[in-house]
Amino acid sequence: MSQTILSWSMTFAQICLVIAMALAALRMSRGPRAQDRVLALDTLYVNSMLLLMVFGIRTGKVIYFEASLVIGMLGFVATVALAKFLMRGEVIE
Amino acid sequence: MSTIEHAGDLPAWAALAVSFFLVIGASLALIGTIGFVRLPTFYERIHAPTLGTSWGTGGIVMASMIFFTVLSTRPVVHEILIGIFVTVTTPVTLMLLARAALHRDRAEGNPGVPREAPAQAEEGEGEAVTAE
Amino acid sequence: MLPYPLLSASLVIMWLALNGFSLGHLILGCVVAVFASWGMASLRPAKPRMPKWYLLPKLVGIVLYDIVRSNIAVAAILVAGRGRRFRSGFVTIPLDLQNPTALAVLAVVVTSTPGTAWLEYNSLSRTVLIHVLDLVDEAEWQALIKGRYEALLMEIFE
Repeated sequence: MSQTILSWSMTFAQICLVIAMALAALRMSRGPRAQDRVLALDTLYVNSMLLLMVFGIRTGKVIYFEASLVIGMLGFVATVALAKFLMRGEVIE
Repeated sequence: MSTIEHAGDLPAWAALAVSFFLVIGASLALIGTIGFVRLPTFYERIHAPTLGTSWGTGGIVMASMIFFTVLSTRPVVHEILIGIFVTVTTPVTLMLLARAALHRDRAEGNPGVPREAPAQAEEGEGEAVTAE
Repeated sequence: MLPYPLLSASLVIMWLALNGFSLGHLILGCVVAVFASWGMASLRPAKPRMPKWYLLPKLVGIVLYDIVRSNIAVAAILVAGRGRRFRSGFVTIPLDLQNPTALAVLAVVVTSTPGTAWLEYNSLSRTVLIHVLDLVDEAEWQALIKGRYEALLMEIFE
């Protein structure tokens, strides 16, 4: 019984996170401004990190957790770089 | 619905706790992203993803820690690292993005954004700040 | 040789925990830790001083409790959606805190709590601009930030 609940809740979590990724992608395509798109990319990264962790629990493989750690770090660096670019690159000072 | 093979000897209370934290974490992440799509302005939208990065991540990290600690298949180093990493980095990215947005809005003269070096009229501290 | 012993030790522990313990990984981890602490030393960060570090668990407890509470509040606002109208806005808060580390901690606390976001600190007028999602009363937020976090941070760092 508890195994069924566990398995269903994992499926539920995966579905939730996939919908969340799709919504973040929607906001990224819709904009309206560059900072919205960068924030959407960051949200997409975080949600995909969480999705990989749920995959890791489901399969029990360490590789998924390593992948999600790497995604988290890459997402952070990418977002910081893009934010710096927004501050210095596009607006003429 | 297939059962999870490697979780065969997980006791019932642990399975329930893992399910609870998984559902809480994933729902918070989803609610945050829904708010992110629905809120009208950027400064309101910047609050929505923190739901996913605070207790959304916290819930899933907690679920994973309970799962692998009870089964004692492997040490839970990655989860702790992910938790610390997300807690430390999210405020940095949000602050940088908010400052970039403020800078852009001020440079374009958009309405509804506080000016640089806000005046302290109600405080009455006579510290003169010259805004360029 | 080791300008930041705590940093180096935690790097070695992290390396061993991620890769599994063996003699080779111990040596490799030590090499990485030594070079990383040299790199850190060349950046010359200001060494944070915390005379009352034993008050930190109290701060962590308060912040965790507030994060849980505001998670529920923000989730309720987002789920209620168009039915319940809320007003968001900017609040300017004058701060007495000057220690850079304490300000950084305060910024992390304010931003990682859902519903409030730290926008920018003005070191000339020593005010901070934050954005609040559900702004009912400005004075209430100023009192909250100053009384709940700033007082404790000043006690820890100064």
